[in-house]
Amino acid sequence: MSTSGPRPPGTLSIGVSRIGIELKQLFRDREAAVFTLALPMLLMVVFGSVFGNQDLGDGSGITFAQYFVAGMIASGIVYTSFQNLAIGIPQERDEGALKRLEGTPMPKGAYFIGKVGQVCVVYVIQLFLLMLIGIALFGVEVPSTPQKWAALVWLSVLGLTTWTLLGLAFSSVPKSGKGASAIVTPVILVLQFTSGVFFLFSELPRWMQQFASLFPLKWLTQGMRYVFLPEGAAAAEVAGSFEMQRVAMVLLVWTVLSAFLAWGFFRWRRRGDG
Amino acid sequence: MSAEAAIEVVGLAKRYGDLNAVDGIDLRVERGQCVALLGPNGAGKTTTTEILEGYRQRDAGDVHVLGVDPARADRVWRSRIGIVLQQVNDLSDLTVRESLTHFAGYYPNPRSVDEVLDQVGLTAKAGARGRTLSGGQRRRLDVGLGIIGRPDLLFLDEPTTGFDPEARREFWALIETLRSEGATILLTTHYLEEAEALADMVGVINKGRLVAFDRPAELGGRNTGRVRVSWTENGQVHSQETDTPTSLIVELGDRFGGEVPNLAVVRPTLEDMYLGLVDEPGKEVRRP
Repeated sequence: MSTSGPRPPGTLSIGVSRIGIELKQLFRDREAAVFTLALPMLLMVVFGSVFGNQDLGDGSGITFAQYFVAGMIASGIVYTSFQNLAIGIPQERDEGALKRLEGTPMPKGAYFIGKVGQVCVVYVIQLFLLMLIGIALFGVEVPSTPQKWAALVWLSVLGLTTWTLLGLAFSSVPKSGKGASAIVTPVILVLQFTSGVFFLFSELPRWMQQFASLFPLKWLTQGMRYVFLPEGAAAAEVAGSFEMQRVAMVLLVWTVLSAFLAWGFFRWRRRGDG
Repeated sequence: MSAEAAIEVVGLAKRYGDLNAVDGIDLRVERGQCVALLGPNGAGKTTTTEILEGYRQRDAGDVHVLGVDPARADRVWRSRIGIVLQQVNDLSDLTVRESLTHFAGYYPNPRSVDEVLDQVGLTAKAGARGRTLSGGQRRRLDVGLGIIGRPDLLFLDEPTTGFDPEARREFWALIETLRSEGATILLTTHYLEEAEALADMVGVINKGRLVAFDRPAELGGRNTGRVRVSWTENGQVHSQETDTPTSLIVELGDRFGGEVPNLAVVRPTLEDMYLGLVDEPGKEVRRP
């Protein structure tokens, strides 16, 4: 059954206007802005300063600060997409924001365009700031070859896609907006500890390495080390190389998998509401 | 049947497990009417409304809202209805004007933002963030967002819960304005005065059934039912219920040979009728 009457504006134009609204809301909500944007910068400065000049001690000549910057840039993808959505959407659901939107002629696709756009803009800002800090304070190098720049682009695209979709799926896990960060933050921390963000991956216990290899953060972190560390750093990898083909493969598989998870688990309303 | 009704419901039913939340409701709302649904918590008001709004699926019955089955609502239909939900608390980081401007962009033929600001009395608050608004102002913003798309039909779900009496009066004036512009309104409320002040027709829902549907002045036979006549005689208050108050007063007049001390004739209030229609007297009626 279709109704007669003038057509409402298109999905794309409403989606673009939602990007603006999403960004305004994020930057004006101090808690969300701090968690999403400032936290990784803070961690980078603190950790980088504490362990900064320690050599990895594996003959690669890399300092821990350099290693950590790459891991933090990979984590930045997780913060801006997964953490942002998995905490923010349950809050929107609790406040009735999603139910309100459902009652308007806004096409549902426009909501997702708004979220994806917001994630991308925040990520680009964050990447720029993290690179700036890494270069200015911790001796990280600007990617030196076009291949490395290209890798930064595809790692960002695949990483953001996967973690955005996982964030949409995971947003259905917290029962309420209030409790969301208590569930989401530990998940991220566990992955960071096991994926070679805070510790040298090659020195982690074997089972921990195997556990982390199941999830995309480990591969993103590895890829970012290829982008931001000198060639000699490959010696510090478990495989003795950055395995960029494998990184791409795993991230692609995760992108597909997370699309199914988002499709299956994302919900507009609280449990028990309709 | 005459012109197409704004809402037409026949045999509506909805079950949650063993509970018949809505158990065979028939309802017809004409275009331009304001209809209020009253009833205790859990009586099925919100379930009924949310089925009409397209939020919930029904188990049985025929439902037409603006000629369309809400279960198959499309965007064009959505652009013709406005919904003011209960308990929404979003948009706290956007200004009133930003929220209205953004939502206007969802609709094919929206009202002007300034016009809506003026109508809901938020012109002075246009630049204020949502989180700084009072409860009454927030609700006005909700109504503003409900009417920004120039809807043919507006749903208001318990719009004045938690209002102080003054805010409630102001809100009623706003609804009166919308009515005078020809909007069709379906309102659910706990407040009998609200139904009496705003509605052309009042429906009482109890245990999933529509137990009465009438004009507020006539609900439950209010206009023809028994009347209480009271007076003072020998220093004592007397009162008597009667179907024929006039003849009782004539009789009293004869007895007293003129004026009857403290004579009062009281028709049952809407509240009296309502309490007679729902099961738990006094329990669910809140007085503002």
